Amino acid sequence: MFEFLKAPILTVQEFFILAGQALRNVVRTPHYTQDIFLQMDIIGVGSLPIVILTGFFSGAVLALQMSRALSEYGQVGRTGQVVAITLVRELGPVLTALMVAGRNSSGIASELGSMKVTEQIDAMRALGTDPIQKLVTPRLIATCAMLPLLTVIADFVGMFGGSVVAAMINIPSKQYWTSVWRALEWSDVVQGLMKPFCFAFAIALVGCYYGLRTSGGTQGVGRATTQAVVVASVLVFILTFFITKIFVSGVVNI
Amino acid sequence: MTPNVTPDLPPPVLKFENVSVSFDGQTALDDVSFEVREGDTRILFGAAGSGKTVLLKAALGLARPDRGHIFVFGRDITLLKESQLSDIRSKVGMLFQESALFDSMTIEENVAYPLFNQKAIHCEAEEGHRKVVDALRFVELENTLAKFPSELSGGMRRRAAIARAVVTAPPLLLYDSPTAGLDPITANNIIALIVKARDASRTTTLMVTHRYQDGNLVAKFRYNLEDGRLEPVAGRDPGFDASTRFMVFKEGRLIFDGPQGELEESSDPYISKFVLKRD
Ligand SMILES: Nc1ncnc2c1ncn2[C@@H]1O[C@H](COP(=O)(O)OP(=O)(O)OP(=O)(O)O)[C@@H](O)[C@H]1O
Ligand SMILES: [Mg+2]
Repeated sequence: MFEFLKAPILTVQEFFILAGQALRNVVRTPHYTQDIFLQMDIIGVGSLPIVILTGFFSGAVLALQMSRALSEYGQVGRTGQVVAITLVRELGPVLTALMVAGRNSSGIASELGSMKVTEQIDAMRALGTDPIQKLVTPRLIATCAMLPLLTVIADFVGMFGGSVVAAMINIPSKQYWTSVWRALEWSDVVQGLMKPFCFAFAIALVGCYYGLRTSGGTQGVGRATTQAVVVASVLVFILTFFITKIFVSGVVNI
Repeated sequence: MTPNVTPDLPPPVLKFENVSVSFDGQTALDDVSFEVREGDTRILFGAAGSGKTVLLKAALGLARPDRGHIFVFGRDITLLKESQLSDIRSKVGMLFQESALFDSMTIEENVAYPLFNQKAIHCEAEEGHRKVVDALRFVELENTLAKFPSELSGGMRRRAAIARAVVTAPPLLLYDSPTAGLDPITANNIIALIVKARDASRTTTLMVTHRYQDGNLVAKFRYNLEDGRLEPVAGRDPGFDASTRFMVFKEGRLIFDGPQGELEESSDPYISKFVLKRD
């Protein structure tokens, strides 16, 4: 009767098995440290330009929109506050994660996918290496380390973008930064760092999952890439909803 | 037809016992049984999709059978977990159909990979480098150490992959279509390398191929260590002939398993398609 549910449940199950194996390998030898640093460079340093660009302009546009809305209540001075809270809690993590998902989920899926269809994954196993240890775990560690950092950078660049707009609409720079500083609480910072950490799991593991299960030649690689980006992006939105829900309802009190 | 089995014979290097493999309900190997003794050579023929690659992968534990047992060096690998297979895998060299060199590594790193990643093999950096250079010299590619696979031609990649398969001097070597898509000169060079690898250390060899000449060369020639070239065996060594057998696969089933003479005389239209009739 529930035949149609079989495939998605199987997918979720396989995904969690992969996640479990990847996590278990974090504490197991051998550690491919070199691969971890290589991935950190690709994922972290490589994503820096787009993260800075999106961060700057999302902060700027946020300041533009908010200052207009706030002017109706005569509260233009609080633009910095709104920009800071929105960026740190939501837009910074989500936009950064979406950018990294578009760039790295797809990159990971296509790289592992082409390795799969050209038998390199099989060769790796035949030559005594666990592909999860060698390929998945370094990408997971690297993403988990770099995404929070990228998010912090995006937050700051965004606030700077906001300050540029604030200066354009004659909000004194000091006032803007004071309201930014006053606005932020510890829970915002925790929330703003926990989100990218969770998104990192989704981005790295979804990319690896779709890459490793690629079949059907180069066409399959294209399919895997698309699926990885779509699923990772959707997961980012789902996760941010639930994490926000947890913080708003005060399950986590800080 | 079957060789006389005497009790003091060592266990077969590779043995399939009623092995069936399927993917998503589709049968790729259907009840296949055979055994290969130490020093034997097997030539595998079969149409595209007949299950030859799946058979080689099953021998390495890369494809898991639904039914049956596979014994490699006397151990039933169907009972082993992935993490327990590394010991057996370190004794088997495999040339994959698409070469399967790692794109992100140089040729040197590719060939060195089994030396430094097989848990059962301990190799010092210096000794490893020497072995890599030796293996690449063996396939006449010693000048490409620092190149990446994408910078080599198809035939060179195939040779580099052979170097990676033989660098650990494994007692069992599996070659998946080593000559597919190559010109006849390169193809013959590669077969010469395979014969050389086999005869230099009496390696047990399985080779999948689509060209009858390949099988014929492997069955009728041997590598002369003194003058470094292939020479026909032609009746000089009766034991040699018996050590090479041919297998033909059709839709996942093993439909022929026997010596060359028998293969050439077969009247089965499918089997005789693989035989190049010589008059
Ligand atoms: N990973 C896989 N997933 C699904 N089906 C597979 C897989 N590998 C092989 N098959 C199927 O198993 C059958 C046998 O494939 P195999 O690759 O062994 O053929 P082959 O004899 O090596 O052919 P060729 O001469 O073209 O290399 C084919 O029908 C193929 O579709
Ligand atoms: Mg094949």
